[in-house]
Amino acid sequence: MAPPAHWRRAKERYRLLGSKCENCGSIYFPPTKVCPKCRRKGKMVQTEFSGRGKVFSYTIIHAAPKTFEKYTPYILALVELEEGPKVLSQLVDCRPEEVKIGMEVEACFRKLFEQDDEGIISYGFKFRPIDDSWRNKQSQN
Amino acid sequence: MRETGVCIGVDGMIKKRDVAIISAATTRCGEQWDKGIKDLAWEAGVKAVEEAGISGKDIEYLVVGNMSGGMFVGQEHIGALVADFLGLNPIPSLRVEGACASGGIAFFQGYLAVASGLYDIVAVGGVEKMTDVEQEQATTALSGAMDFEWEAYFGATFPGIYALMARRYMHEYGLKRESLAKVAVKNHYHGSMNPLAHFRNRITVEEALNAPMVADPLGKYDCCPISDGAALVILAPLEIAKKYTDTPIIVKSSVMASDTLSLLRRRDICTLDATVNAAEKAFKLAHLERSQVDVIEVHDCFTIAEILAIEDLGFVKKGEGWKLYEEGETYVGGRLPVNTDGGLKASGHPVGATGVKQIVELVKQLRGEAEKGRQVDNAEVGLAHNVGGSGATAVVTILSRG
Ligand SMILES: CC(C)(COP(=O)(O)OP(=O)(O)OC[C@H]1O[C@@H](n2cnc3c(N)ncnc32)[C@H](O)[C@@H]1OP(=O)(O)O)[C@@H](O)C(=O)NCCC(=O)NCCS
Ligand SMILES: [Zn+2]
Repeated sequence: MAPPAHWRRAKERYRLLGSKCENCGSIYFPPTKVCPKCRRKGKMVQTEFSGRGKVFSYTIIHAAPKTFEKYTPYILALVELEEGPKVLSQLVDCRPEEVKIGMEVEACFRKLFEQDDEGIISYGFKFRPIDDSWRNKQSQN
Repeated sequence: MRETGVCIGVDGMIKKRDVAIISAATTRCGEQWDKGIKDLAWEAGVKAVEEAGISGKDIEYLVVGNMSGGMFVGQEHIGALVADFLGLNPIPSLRVEGACASGGIAFFQGYLAVASGLYDIVAVGGVEKMTDVEQEQATTALSGAMDFEWEAYFGATFPGIYALMARRYMHEYGLKRESLAKVAVKNHYHGSMNPLAHFRNRITVEEALNAPMVADPLGKYDCCPISDGAALVILAPLEIAKKYTDTPIIVKSSVMASDTLSLLRRRDICTLDATVNAAEKAFKLAHLERSQVDVIEVHDCFTIAEILAIEDLGFVKKGEGWKLYEEGETYVGGRLPVNTDGGLKASGHPVGATGVKQIVELVKQLRGEAEKGRQVDNAEVGLAHNVGGSGATAVVTILSRG
């Protein structure tokens, strides 16, 4: 991938930005240009998420494409942000056997992958557990 | 020579014509070192044309489903390629793409062409040559079915996306990995009786549970394999179908629906709304009830997908699909025979061909021509369900015996 393809989305990936419709208040992720509820009446603006949320679902990836192969096994989590929308990224600072649905997490800024030895290094948000208190709790949610 | 034209109803509107399948064929699925994409398309095409007893020059229009000739074999322009290799030039021929639903979409397009009265004899093909690249490259090509910027870019894989659905489903409805394994065991059992299947070995629940993990909770036996294969069917207006075959199969309806590309914005990740919407409309147009369906071919790219499919198609309540597998009801002879050819899991998943291959299996079932042991007794109505990506595209087609 050429550098512009990474750069184009860098701001959204570095700061975890989504879209908000000023007409109806709906918040969307991934960023989008159309509010399906309001269509032409909608007015989309960029919005920044707090980065806090809960694990909605997760998987541990064992078979990955080339770019991610050296990170396997890694946790991929679908996180429901406190603002409502869901986002997907890796869950780090956590062992595969520790992850649970409902676990509280927060976004952190990390390296996503290196394209190859000389290629560009991609950065963006991943998630990490907020604290250790969930370890003692039963799985909730 | 055209024998029929566009039908104009009394109200002056174009009237939909009844459409029939006059022949249907597939190649074997699996790793086929000796066959390239052209050979596969040719093989399915020749089989189907011979079966219909038509000559290539009767075919007026060709639609081919193919997901990623470019990434799997470095070949695009598949519409022209297949027309050329089947000796059909200069008819219009195009390739359609909707990830793993490419074949289903091709069928939907071919159906529209005949139903609208614009063409009489239409060939619908699907082809994918997947095993010329390494496993990781195939995984990369398949991950193009997701939202590249917000799913694949963050390390999501195709099995990974379905694993997220499976994990959530387990959490909400109490499904266990053992029940998922039973889906694979059933599909391998059906596949063992299908001479064209990718896998013909039977497996046990223990084998499935002990296989290596691909994307937890999905192990190797929860996944469809990477297959080479092709399929082709020929459509004609029902009124002239009897000229070509004694057993035309009627297309009662063929409906496609779309949903958000990524899993992130789905209303519910345990439901494929595209399937729900396509199925509702397909049953309405066909004037049929779920209880009248004798056999179904659903998109089991992963074991969880088969369970979601039978629920979203409306055959069983959400959250209860897996219970049918506990009771063995989805085997041939059961209440709802599912994937009598082995499904994507055992019969194989040459992605662009799959939607057409499902139709070929239903034609076989409705004609009573399936191999012993996997033929559903006196099957009259069949349903095919083909999905692209994690559910951004779904095609539902209902067929009945003529
Ligand atoms: C499941 C998967 C990761 C297995 O890949 P793999 O372990 O690299 O498989 P290999 O090609 O190395 O094959 C190893 C062995 O396992 C068998 N095998 C491969 N995939 C299999 C599967 N899905 N089920 C059962 N056996 C399988 C092979 O036949 C081979 O057997 P052999 O050693 O007896 O010849 C791969 O098949 C896959 O990615 N499937 C998903 C495809 C997909 O996503 N399709 C689109 C969905 S819509
Ligand atoms: Zn709005």
